[in-house]
Amino acid sequence: MSTESSRDDFIIAIRSAFLKKGNRQKFSLFTLLIISILVLSLEYFKTGPVNQFRSITKDIIFRGSYVVSSPFKYVKDKYYLFQDHMSMYEEFSVLRDKDLDLDSLRKEVDFYKSENALLKKLIEERDLFSKEYMLTKILLDKQSPYLKSLIINKGQKNGVKLGSAVKDRLYYIGKVVNVNFLSSRVLLANDLNSKIPIIIEPSGINAILSGNGNDDYAELEYLPKENEIKENEIVYTSGSDGTIPASIPVGKIIIQDNKKYVKFFSNLNQLNYVQVNK
Amino acid sequence: MARENIKFYQFLLNGFPIILLFFFALTGYSFSFQIFEINISFNFIHLIVFYWVLRKPEMLGYGLIFFAGVINDVVQNLPIGVSSINYLLLCVIASFFRTRTLVPNLIYDWILFFIAILIVSSIHFTVLAIFFDGNISYGALMSTAFFSFLIYPALAKIFNQIYLLGLRQENVE
Repeated sequence: MSTESSRDDFIIAIRSAFLKKGNRQKFSLFTLLIISILVLSLEYFKTGPVNQFRSITKDIIFRGSYVVSSPFKYVKDKYYLFQDHMSMYEEFSVLRDKDLDLDSLRKEVDFYKSENALLKKLIEERDLFSKEYMLTKILLDKQSPYLKSLIINKGQKNGVKLGSAVKDRLYYIGKVVNVNFLSSRVLLANDLNSKIPIIIEPSGINAILSGNGNDDYAELEYLPKENEIKENEIVYTSGSDGTIPASIPVGKIIIQDNKKYVKFFSNLNQLNYVQVNK
Repeated sequence: MARENIKFYQFLLNGFPIILLFFFALTGYSFSFQIFEINISFNFIHLIVFYWVLRKPEMLGYGLIFFAGVINDVVQNLPIGVSSINYLLLCVIASFFRTRTLVPNLIYDWILFFIAILIVSSIHFTVLAIFFDGNISYGALMSTAFFSFLIYPALAKIFNQIYLLGLRQENVE
């Protein structure tokens, strides 16, 4: 008898939780759950009016999010500015002690560039990628354990294309994974879902740079078992995926416990403006 | 002027859970930081939804929770609708426990919250892994759930004080 009554109570509680609207509630949880499942099923439509509506909705939400986050972004920027200020003397000492003959280095680079252009002409190689970049402002900076991405203020209207490479100054930081009408999402190279074909120079070894959620370094996959990669070798994009241009510097090799990682040249936490490949 | 200030104060107290919910949905803040190479982050939306639906359901509408989920999905780059389902399931669990509980007890709520977020996080992971082929760190998801569980009593106390402040203000009027 008591088992039956407790089962009845259980069923009443379940029914009440799902269907009862309760005080000042306009919808029952059951109705909203059905709506959520319907909305989720719309994710399978990647083109057409559903996609356009989604794109506009995202633009509106990103702008709203930008406004709400701006005081916090201001505080974060000031914090990093303060940190930079505190380490200024130390950095100055390091630079003063280094023998940087920038003028001769620039001339040397110019020479290699022209030599490279001549050689490419000789073998009739054509550039597959545009060398033009557009400067964009970062609206939102999403750095959580699950997601490392940026929202930039340029989208379809400005000619941003899906898969375009994104640079911070000279260095590769990620690629465009979502293009809306007025904004786009950039997946950073340290995100768990980021996989980029790279080449390690001067050893010339190809591998895949795989994000691990860490802010400073990423992992290398598909490295040959026998390799002679040394610390401080430079990692460039290889361009073998056909979407990211080749030879963009990404980072340098660091070795920890006999495992090789790539330390990014850019500080992915302190980005305000980035360049998107046209 | 003073009356307007009181009204604004009253509005802030009554709308506190809604303001907080949309703040976290729009900014996506998880206050993540590292201690001894351990990533610590919190899911404040789970905490807000569970507490207010369990204790004061009249202050947080289900429709608003649904919209907060949609916003969170856009901001976090998740398939739109996933977070809404999670939050609404959390509401179902909280609402179910509310109807089964006679005397509110913080320790009891705390344990129930842990069970609830484990269920919701598992569903979240399953939906993303099976239907959307997303690479999501199970460890990070579970550690966020665990750290959110740890701070529940402190936040519940704060939320309760804010609710009492609002109640006091209403009685003054």
